Amino acid sequence: MDITRIDQIIDDHNAEQSSLIQILLDIQAEHHWLPKQALDRVAEKLDVPMNRIQHITTFYKAFSQVPKGRHQIHVCMGTACHVRGAQRVLDTISEATGIKAGETDAELKFSLETVNCLGCCALGPVMVVDGEYHGNVAPAQAADVLKNYE
Amino acid sequence: MPRINSPAELEEFRRSILSKRSDDRPCITLCSGSACHATGSEKVAGAIVAELENHGLTGQVDFRRTGCHGFCEQGPIVVIYPEGICYLKVKPEDICEIVSHTFKEKKLVERLLYVDPTNGEKSSFEHDIPFYKNQQRLILGLNRKIDPKSLEDFLAVGGYKALTKALFEMSPEEVIGEVKAAKLRGRGGAGFPSGMKWEFARKAPGDQKYVVVNCDEGDPGAYMDRSLMEGNPFTVLEGLMIGAYAIGATEGYIYVRQEYPLAVDNLSVAMKEAERRGLLGKNIMGSGFDFTVKVHRGAGAFICGEETSLLASLEGKPGEPKSRPPFPANKGLWGKPTNINNVETWANIPVIINEGAEFFSSVGTESSKGTKIFSLVGKVNNTGLVEVPMGIPLRDIIYKIGGGVPKGKKFKAVQTGGPSGGCIPEAYLDVKVDFDELMKMGAMMGSGGMIVMDEDTCLVDIARYFLEFLSDESCGKCVPCREGIRQMLKVMTDITQGKGKEGDIELLENMAMATQGAALCALGKTAPNPVLSTLKYFREEYEAHIKEKRCPALSCKELIAFHIDPEKCKGCGSCLRKCPANAIEGGKKTIHVIDQEKCTKCGTCIEACPAAFQAIGKLSGVPVPAPVPQEKRALA
Repeated sequence: MDITRIDQIIDDHNAEQSSLIQILLDIQAEHHWLPKQALDRVAEKLDVPMNRIQHITTFYKAFSQVPKGRHQIHVCMGTACHVRGAQRVLDTISEATGIKAGETDAELKFSLETVNCLGCCALGPVMVVDGEYHGNVAPAQAADVLKNYE
Repeated sequence: MPRINSPAELEEFRRSILSKRSDDRPCITLCSGSACHATGSEKVAGAIVAELENHGLTGQVDFRRTGCHGFCEQGPIVVIYPEGICYLKVKPEDICEIVSHTFKEKKLVERLLYVDPTNGEKSSFEHDIPFYKNQQRLILGLNRKIDPKSLEDFLAVGGYKALTKALFEMSPEEVIGEVKAAKLRGRGGAGFPSGMKWEFARKAPGDQKYVVVNCDEGDPGAYMDRSLMEGNPFTVLEGLMIGAYAIGATEGYIYVRQEYPLAVDNLSVAMKEAERRGLLGKNIMGSGFDFTVKVHRGAGAFICGEETSLLASLEGKPGEPKSRPPFPANKGLWGKPTNINNVETWANIPVIINEGAEFFSSVGTESSKGTKIFSLVGKVNNTGLVEVPMGIPLRDIIYKIGGGVPKGKKFKAVQTGGPSGGCIPEAYLDVKVDFDELMKMGAMMGSGGMIVMDEDTCLVDIARYFLEFLSDESCGKCVPCREGIRQMLKVMTDITQGKGKEGDIELLENMAMATQGAALCALGKTAPNPVLSTLKYFREEYEAHIKEKRCPALSCKELIAFHIDPEKCKGCGSCLRKCPANAIEGGKKTIHVIDQEKCTKCGTCIEACPAAFQAIGKLSGVPVPAPVPQEKRALA
């Protein structure tokens, strides 16, 4: 990740310590994970100790300190999706990709994550691939959706 | 883009907008909320623009992309004004017909109209659809009339009238008095009187005060805050500013979950629009009142919906709660007096100021005034957002508005209030929904998630599900919550996996009491509610799991088996072709058999088996019959 881009993100937030979470979110959004060098830079520019940054990145679910796959799969496990069979959707995706929730495959093709509610409760079960929503997915359909990704 | 420097200029601007609009001008609106987005409203929008162009109607017919209408199950939704014709589940290829039929020939496209699943009747107009007809949309109603990013649209429906009235005709004390008289209670879940909370912050010593919008809607199954924020951010801002004026705050924060990117986008656009016009920033409309606001995205932690955790997160720290008192009203953000309200609470404020406390308190029950938005989801025909006056019976919400349980299944329970709430069985469906009545039932209003469950839902599993959610989301700061929930989850998991033993129920009850009594914040204090309420109303389900190793709802994987009835199997092979685990043996004209070792219990075979045969069923608590011997499987 380009250090000048990280500096730019930090400057967009006026390098304020209280904006630490916002800065990390922006880096995560662009890069899909938080490389060590990026965190070092944030610590240095904001003058916050690394243990505080580690506390933040492990406390909040949006952050990842390991590389992510080219395609992000999110399966919603909210209550409404749960009662309509989200677990079966997740199991089928795990079978199809060979990875469990929270993992990334060795080829860095897919990362699989569960989300506790995406707020599309009327369409449950919901899965999202690279930001594209698929509502009312049946387990067999979930595996089909993934075939369209390289 | 001139600044608006006085109420007169605002009204002048409003008049100029309205003079260009008329109620009879044809307009096609398309819901572009997150749910409709998921069902393809983006492509529909492209088709509308292209077809209006093709038919030469671009200048004559307005096209507006609005926020969420609430009937999410039926999206994307197109409504055509002035008539209010409502088309549901619209696809891009339908648009050509809609434009040519509806605008040119004044005919309806019958196949896109709403059909009542109970009696087959069609509704041509939005206001005839039972789902809408039985609601009272004081807060959500504007969503379908405005483009969330357009200040002009918002002004056209009376936006900023309440702010003008508050700033120029009322003192801060009068504003608080009005909110108190309206008896508004916080919509975040606990139902604390908002006017009182404002008064605490107003009276707290200190020059620097803050107001905060809580849009960290973490409750699984609730999404009304998202729809309000996405569909009408100006109203939330207006409410927030009125609150800031009343409390004496000049800075505000809007805390939005990062899982809601569209809400963040629409809100940011709305803020820029308001700033450009001088409706946000310094000396608003020449009143001398300054107000700035920042958006802060949450980073994925359920606990951040709890006010003290939210404040910690705003300061850039991990969102861990603090014990109260001191309450945020006295010592909040950076130690300064802070007032936090939920999105829906803020959205109620302009209604109260515009219509008056008397009107507002005429809606609802003695203790709970106004309307409440529920997200009606789960096993119900019409899922979506429902805004109803407080005091409406649960039965009306589920049957009159929700259209009952799909596929002729039997209703079992409704879960309200998310992970802190409880399950209410059928016997209590006539209970009137308000803060106190739900509390009496062992459930709670919570954020307004309402999840309907039918006979196929195992309530022991639902209680386990909520514990799993909370165990994952507990911040870990206090032991009762961190360990209490984890141990309860262990016991519950054992029960649902058929490893439950005598004494588990009593153990659960003991742990629930301890967690309730000793946890630091509301997450832990209310965590046992789903367990306690299911134990109260559905104890026999627990006992079946523990004593008979049987799941009455046939849903807990470890306790069920799939079985093909040799009497009914016609050897068609549908199940064999669909089975993802290759667990089914059989051939043409032979009885099919499920290999129990290979079966992953995904249920695909039941769906694959033709409805005419219904040969596959689930068993629980009984041994699986031995398969028919190989030589006897051939069908004549």
